[in-house]
Amino acid sequence: MSILEVNGITKAFGGVKALDDVSVTVEENTLLGIIGPNGSGKTTLVNTITGFVRPDTGSVLFKGRDVIGLPPYRITNMGIGRAFQMVKPFFHLPAFKNIIVPLASPRVRASSGGKYGDKDAVALDVLEEVGFERDSSVPYKTASVLPHGYLKRLELARLLALKSEIFILDELFSGLSIAEVTSIIPIIEKILLDGKTVVMVEHRLKELFRIADKVIVLNYGKKIKEGPPKEILEDEEVKKAYLGVEV
Amino acid sequence: MKENYRKERIARSIKARSDDIYALTSYREMWYLLFPRFIPIVGIAIVSYFLPLYWKKVAITTCIFAMLAVSWDFLSNCGLLSLGQALFFGIGSYTAGGLNHYLHLPIYVTIPVATVMGGFISTMILLPVVRLRGIYFAMVTLILPLMLMRLVEATKILGGTEGITGLSPFPNVWFEITLILAAMWASLFGLRRFIASDYGLIFVSMRDNDRATMASGINIYAFKAQALFIGSSICAFCGAFMTHSYQFTGMPVFAMEFSILPIAAAAIGGIGTLAGPLVGAMILVPLSEVLREFGTLRIVFYGLILVICVVALPEGIFHYASRKYNEMERWVKIE
Amino acid sequence: MLVYGLINSAVLALMALGFNLTFGISGVANFAYGAIYVVSGFLTWALINNLGLPYALSAVLTIVIIGVFGGLIYKFIIRRIRGLVISEVIATFGISIVILEFLRYIGFIGFKYSLPVFINGSVEILGTFVDIQRLFIIGFVIFLIAALYLFTHYTKVGLAFRGIAQEEHTSLSLGINPDRIAGWSMGMGSALGAFAALVILPLGTITVDSGYDVLISALSVCIVGGLGSTFGVIIASFIIGYAQTITATYVSAHWTMIVSLVAILIILAIRPSGLLGHQKELEERV
Repeated sequence: MSILEVNGITKAFGGVKALDDVSVTVEENTLLGIIGPNGSGKTTLVNTITGFVRPDTGSVLFKGRDVIGLPPYRITNMGIGRAFQMVKPFFHLPAFKNIIVPLASPRVRASSGGKYGDKDAVALDVLEEVGFERDSSVPYKTASVLPHGYLKRLELARLLALKSEIFILDELFSGLSIAEVTSIIPIIEKILLDGKTVVMVEHRLKELFRIADKVIVLNYGKKIKEGPPKEILEDEEVKKAYLGVEV
Repeated sequence: MKENYRKERIARSIKARSDDIYALTSYREMWYLLFPRFIPIVGIAIVSYFLPLYWKKVAITTCIFAMLAVSWDFLSNCGLLSLGQALFFGIGSYTAGGLNHYLHLPIYVTIPVATVMGGFISTMILLPVVRLRGIYFAMVTLILPLMLMRLVEATKILGGTEGITGLSPFPNVWFEITLILAAMWASLFGLRRFIASDYGLIFVSMRDNDRATMASGINIYAFKAQALFIGSSICAFCGAFMTHSYQFTGMPVFAMEFSILPIAAAAIGGIGTLAGPLVGAMILVPLSEVLREFGTLRIVFYGLILVICVVALPEGIFHYASRKYNEMERWVKIE
Repeated sequence: MLVYGLINSAVLALMALGFNLTFGISGVANFAYGAIYVVSGFLTWALINNLGLPYALSAVLTIVIIGVFGGLIYKFIIRRIRGLVISEVIATFGISIVILEFLRYIGFIGFKYSLPVFINGSVEILGTFVDIQRLFIIGFVIFLIAALYLFTHYTKVGLAFRGIAQEEHTSLSLGINPDRIAGWSMGMGSALGAFAALVILPLGTITVDSGYDVLISALSVCIVGGLGSTFGVIIASFIIGYAQTITATYVSAHWTMIVSLVAILIILAIRPSGLLGHQKELEERV
């Protein structure tokens, strides 16, 4: 069953068409990868789904409901969680206090029966899931001094705290070492095991193709190919547009 | 061989032992924490009560500007850069003055009502622009009080250019000082507690990255409106207080001074700490009183202080002092 | 009235162009703009009356001096705090206060401070008499806009301007020094302010308070037009200019400022980035 349906999205910035009639269907509890060269419209697509950019035409249906025109926080509260490519956490706050903010959202409060509860403990639980060692000082450190890898995990933790149904991860692996990526992949696999859906925008094809169920290739704002990772790897057009340069 | 030294900083604070939660184990530690809070509260109270009448008025003005500065800092902590504290101040002042003059309400009604209504009106005026960020918001807030001034001038409502005079005064100066001191400390410590609470964290998070706050499912516009209400209520209280203190309200309440001085105080004291701006106001306002004989030249001094402080001492006095208090510094030889 | 509306719009556009140039390119909101405007007026006045220089020479000198002055402000003050929005605002605002209040202190108040008009006299257009000076304003606005367009599209510095306006880091990698260009933009913005002062001030007297008024007018126009968009500024000055003239004619001159306020609030409520602002959209793409 499809949980998210993107139909015919077009968005132009000035004269440039960042997205040109793009349609995507995301099946529930699968991992969809979105790849494409730089400037192919991947982030704009994510921005459109999460309400940060309003498309010129097209619709985005989440569980059959159109979300176009809703403000980002409403969309987040419906269950579409989004991790940013540029990690900018709340730098002045300690890591675990960063998680208090999503815990105060209407979505989380509704699920916990309107009660706040001990948010600090919940925040620490969530951080532990993404690999912040609970007994160390890491969760208590101010976000501005955390290394890049932890900031990426913090983004994931925010979505976990929100109990999102779709995790949209915009270049989560960028800037991480292979060891760090290998340690994050189990977290994503666990999210899938919990019955959630994941959409990943990635440049790290090797790692992505290992875990993706389906991959979409964008180029110049157009969807040029869609299929399981194996097919994508062998496709001539994709190689020409993207892999030919990369591999 | 030349000997090299480097500066080493050692945290003196008991907080250094544990990052978040800490237990007090001795009177010495309690005193260590209480000292920087206790001394100013008692000190300022004593000083204000025993000053001659003229300087008592200066002390009151100082407290008013300190509150404006604290409120400014609170707003800037929430990502709302305001250049128009005069707007909130003026609305509070006119509300109190109007209620007192036209409806003949007594002082203990006008001040609370003006506080809440002033906050409400200011929030409603700024609601359309709450979506603006940073400098855009700042520009609008700079323009608004000046335009309201013109509005009063043009429509001749609320006393027009003459203003409203003969408002009811405070019963006595002791009452006046006690009230403003209580309000000042309440707003300072109240806001400090507030932004440290779970609910207040959301406000602070908006300054760091409002997009991430939005992506956390928080309606940032609702929260910014709340922040505006809190901040402008404090200013409106100041306006109402000043109105009764001088028994006058008029166009000068929208003057630039009420916008600039709080920012100057915050810039000197240290932005982002809430206590810093208060310290800044405690320095600036009495200083400007001393400089009064220079006439308009004293505003030039403000400007100079502003520029110098921002460029040369960007962290502000409070950050500096608290670092000195909480850390020991020493020079160590580099092996 | 049609004509006066046009002139009013041209005046507003002239005031706003310099502010807009600096902001659009370096992202620095120069709150000292109004002060620079007033200083230019007094400087020219002093050059003419105290040093006895001919008008044309003092005008050119003023523009150059003020341009350099703007650049120096950038070099010694703004550059140190670039990117810290609060500090930038406080510092430029502080500079503005220092200049204006100092001028007030040393006594530049009164009616004797006025600049000569270029050519005296008036002509009749569409049944109304218009000073030639006012016609000059319209001419100069058109000239300036054309010159700015040519400058930013066809000269090396101009292209660098547009470069850092779009992506500072990329232009850094292309061998453009953003600091220097931002300094240039600040200087040019100030020079434009001086230019505006020279053209507009002969219509009345030079007062210190007009510094604040000019800043407010420039800000309103830029906010409505969308910060950083030259075309937006032109459209916005027409909207506000005509709105003000119509109010002044049919209601009362006191209401003109309020009309601009209402215009700002309405436009911002509908389009937070201004009429033609693209700042926000650019940000979304990052």
